[in-house]
Amino acid sequence: MVRCFLIHTVCPVTALSSGESRVLYSRLFGPDEAVLSEQHRGLSPEERRLLQKEKISVVARQVRSAVSLCREASGRQPVDALPGDEALVLQDADCGVVRLRAGDPFSQEVSVLWLAVQSLGFTLVCEPHENLLLAEGTLRNLTRHCLESLHMLGQGSEVLLKSSRIDVLLSRLLPHGQLLFLNHRFAQSLEKEVAAYTSK
Amino acid sequence: MYSHGSESLIKQAREIQESELQKFYSRLVKLLQIKELGHETLDSLQKLHLILSTNKYARTLPPDLQKRLLLLLSSPSEQLQVLSYAVLRETLPSSGEELNTIQENVSQLNTHAAALLISQAGSRADLSDLCAQLIRGLEVRPSEGPSRSLMFTLPVLRSVLSLSPDCLTEEHVTAVSKKLVDWLRYASIVQGGGASSGGFFTGPRSRQPLPTAELDGSVSGDFFTVLCMGQGFTEDQWMNVYSFSMLRHWLLSCHSVSSGNCTMDADDRSEVDGSVVSMVSATSSSSRLLPPKERLREKAFQYSQRLIEQCDRKAQKKADTELQKACMVEAVCILDCVCTEDPSMVFRAFPSVKALFGRLSSDLSFARVLLPIAQFYLHHGEMAAVDCESVWKLVFGRFPAELFNDPFLAHELLRFLRQELDSLKLRAPEFIRFLPNLLKFLAWDSAAVVDDFVDLLPSLVTEGTAVEMLHTLLDLPCLSATLVLQLRSMSSPISEPSSRGLLSLDAFRNPSFRGLFLFLLRVETGSGHTIDRLSTLHDLLAEAADWPRVVRCAQTVPVLLHIYFNTVVTVADEKLLAHLVLVMLERSSLLLAIPKYSAEIHRVFSCHLLRLCKLRPSLVVDQSHELLEFAGTTANVYSRKEVYTHVVWVLGEYLSVSSDSRCSVTLITSCFETLEAVLFEITSSAPPPDTVCPAPKVITTLMSALAKLASRSHDLIPRVSLFFSKLRTAARSGPVAWCSDEDDLVAIVTRGEELWSLLKLPGVAQSVLTPPPHVITPRWHRDTNLAVPLQLRLLTRLTQPK
Repeated sequence: MVRCFLIHTVCPVTALSSGESRVLYSRLFGPDEAVLSEQHRGLSPEERRLLQKEKISVVARQVRSAVSLCREASGRQPVDALPGDEALVLQDADCGVVRLRAGDPFSQEVSVLWLAVQSLGFTLVCEPHENLLLAEGTLRNLTRHCLESLHMLGQGSEVLLKSSRIDVLLSRLLPHGQLLFLNHRFAQSLEKEVAAYTSK
Repeated sequence: MYSHGSESLIKQAREIQESELQKFYSRLVKLLQIKELGHETLDSLQKLHLILSTNKYARTLPPDLQKRLLLLLSSPSEQLQVLSYAVLRETLPSSGEELNTIQENVSQLNTHAAALLISQAGSRADLSDLCAQLIRGLEVRPSEGPSRSLMFTLPVLRSVLSLSPDCLTEEHVTAVSKKLVDWLRYASIVQGGGASSGGFFTGPRSRQPLPTAELDGSVSGDFFTVLCMGQGFTEDQWMNVYSFSMLRHWLLSCHSVSSGNCTMDADDRSEVDGSVVSMVSATSSSSRLLPPKERLREKAFQYSQRLIEQCDRKAQKKADTELQKACMVEAVCILDCVCTEDPSMVFRAFPSVKALFGRLSSDLSFARVLLPIAQFYLHHGEMAAVDCESVWKLVFGRFPAELFNDPFLAHELLRFLRQELDSLKLRAPEFIRFLPNLLKFLAWDSAAVVDDFVDLLPSLVTEGTAVEMLHTLLDLPCLSATLVLQLRSMSSPISEPSSRGLLSLDAFRNPSFRGLFLFLLRVETGSGHTIDRLSTLHDLLAEAADWPRVVRCAQTVPVLLHIYFNTVVTVADEKLLAHLVLVMLERSSLLLAIPKYSAEIHRVFSCHLLRLCKLRPSLVVDQSHELLEFAGTTANVYSRKEVYTHVVWVLGEYLSVSSDSRCSVTLITSCFETLEAVLFEITSSAPPPDTVCPAPKVITTLMSALAKLASRSHDLIPRVSLFFSKLRTAARSGPVAWCSDEDDLVAIVTRGEELWSLLKLPGVAQSVLTPPPHVITPRWHRDTNLAVPLQLRLLTRLTQPK
């Protein structure tokens, strides 16, 4: 199961200290693990929500650091692209996977898959026995849809103002965090539904 | 991409004033009262979501707004469902009763409302209830109308099961397992939705539905799977996809569900009712008698076998080829899982897994598929009496050597190693000889995999690999540079001169240096611990010292060395430890010249040299010859001062009869003379050109060591005393060439005077500078002197009335 999906910055942001990442979209799947753990049983709902936000920030920071190390090591800096170049940009995107130990921040060990497209990172946090090949394919697909339907290669802020489109996309392609084995026909059918929603 | 505009939008959302927010809330309530869905309503809801989500601290909405939003969750318009879910998930949960009203009619629940219920469930009991209701919804007969909750029930169950397996009871597991069997094995094999898709199917002649197709276009000959296509799909075909997607997890976790009495359900007619009769494979008639869990296992087995066959077809689309790889991985994992639960299935499963291995092993693009196959071999190879050597050669021999730069393969291979370490040590212990190969992952992308190696390293350090491992770790940055050169060499043509002046690339391609690089790139242990021409190699790779990958790698080496030494003391005998001490001395000057690298390594060496000698004091006497050689070389004072200081210290501390009875007076004297010579040399003249003054710590350590040695052989005391008096005289007469700081000089002279006065009483000096072991190890109650007061205190406390 995918525990969460994030879109966050992987470039320096003036309002934040270096190494920090601004989370533009986050979606956690499944029940709140604080409710089910012995350790956090006594927390109020407000504290639990805060805890969730903190966990997401930790993941975003780890990915930010992984992305900058990866880009530094390969020596490639992302090149600016225009709307319409989504497929090309996706092909050139850096990708990788980070292992986060149990307890830091999730109660079990997770594998964090990331795809860095220019200044933004798209991240999937997966449980240990997940099919990572499928997860990688799903992440690429999700990223492509986000880039296209939210015009992310332009200067707009649709990712903040039209986040419901991402919610619908996730409800079809990653329902409740479940990765789906979709061949191109199934995928087309779901994508049609998403497109119908977006065009309204 | 991420623009200034977005940043200011977030700022605005965070800094909204409370009064403005209240106005916004009331306007939104008014908008929601209007029946029609306007753009303004949707935009306002989206804005509200933005305001709530950018704030770290939760807000409570006014109750009437909250109520309206909860109602919207069940609205027929998906836009309202999504937006109300988005807003509600950012607020504090509503009280129980409000949520219950949504939950009442579970079969009409939509996916977004279900998501809210799960994320805001306050307890295990709530989740249990929801699951129970959803599972009841699954058992609704088709005649009672389609259940809208059907499509997302399985993902929801999976998500709850992941975090809280005990939310499901044995009954639930049985009910779901039965439905899974239906959907996996008996989904319809004709294309669905033919009439609505238009085009081909509208003609009067072709009203008969077409069968589903395989990925290469040919007609499907067997039951429906995720690798079958059609123009449209029926509901049970969708459920087939959802079922397979969560099958492995279900199989893994449902046997951990509380098992009560496993009642055999004789009323197993579910697979006949309402499903299309399809080609039934030979074993299914007998499997009808099995209990539900075992039936599911059998069907899972058949499904996986079919998938493996289907993956042999060439898909028409690239996306489907990638899906085939993912399906192969999943199918093999399911077979592994099934065979673990029921070992009798191993003999049926092995032929197809073996055939798959044969088909894929020569193609490196299928490396990630071969890993689960290797895991299958590891778990069940012994049972099937199959020789797995070729598998390990491929996985540990070829993959790291050729695919070290694939981050996903590295992650999965290392995870496989970590999780199966015990199994591997038992069944494939020879994997350790591929140690140099495995370290390539670390050399390439240290930051990403160092965590894995922190876990793995202790198991890789054995008596046989210890020395080679030390050399390899110290030369890890060289390996890193070599891997970079290897890739560059493959990508740029040979005839082109290295335009950016990459001397190292030329050296890499030069036949006379080939041997050096080939040694670093070796796949297995056993071809020697290190090479003779190491310094040549370091010179050739000098320009790599500022490559980012090499620098990162160098930063991880000290951490791994600490782990290495902590482990090696538990597995090594005295002889091996002695050898390691020599390696440390030798290598402290043979390191790749990366800034700060040498200093860090010296620090690690010093720390562990002390620990080793403390653990086995007789090492010092054993290796006295080499240690003295090191200590007697004055140049080391300047170039390797940290290690030098510690070597001198251990010589002073442990070269005594109490550490090792073989320590003779001659040995003590020769050690004394060596150290004395060096001390004289560095304190009698200015340091050589291009070096700084010797560190004060070196001088004081030398003095202390001399004093300690003299306390063990009293004839040496006059010589030491003479030195200290000369030192005092020299210091009094003004500044000295070998010490630039006045405070340091004072400290040195003070120490000298302390030692001098101590040595005036030889008996006292001996017990202070060479204390017998029982003095320095605390013995608490075992020490008769200490014990009496403790005992008295205890007795007093016990006997005194409270």
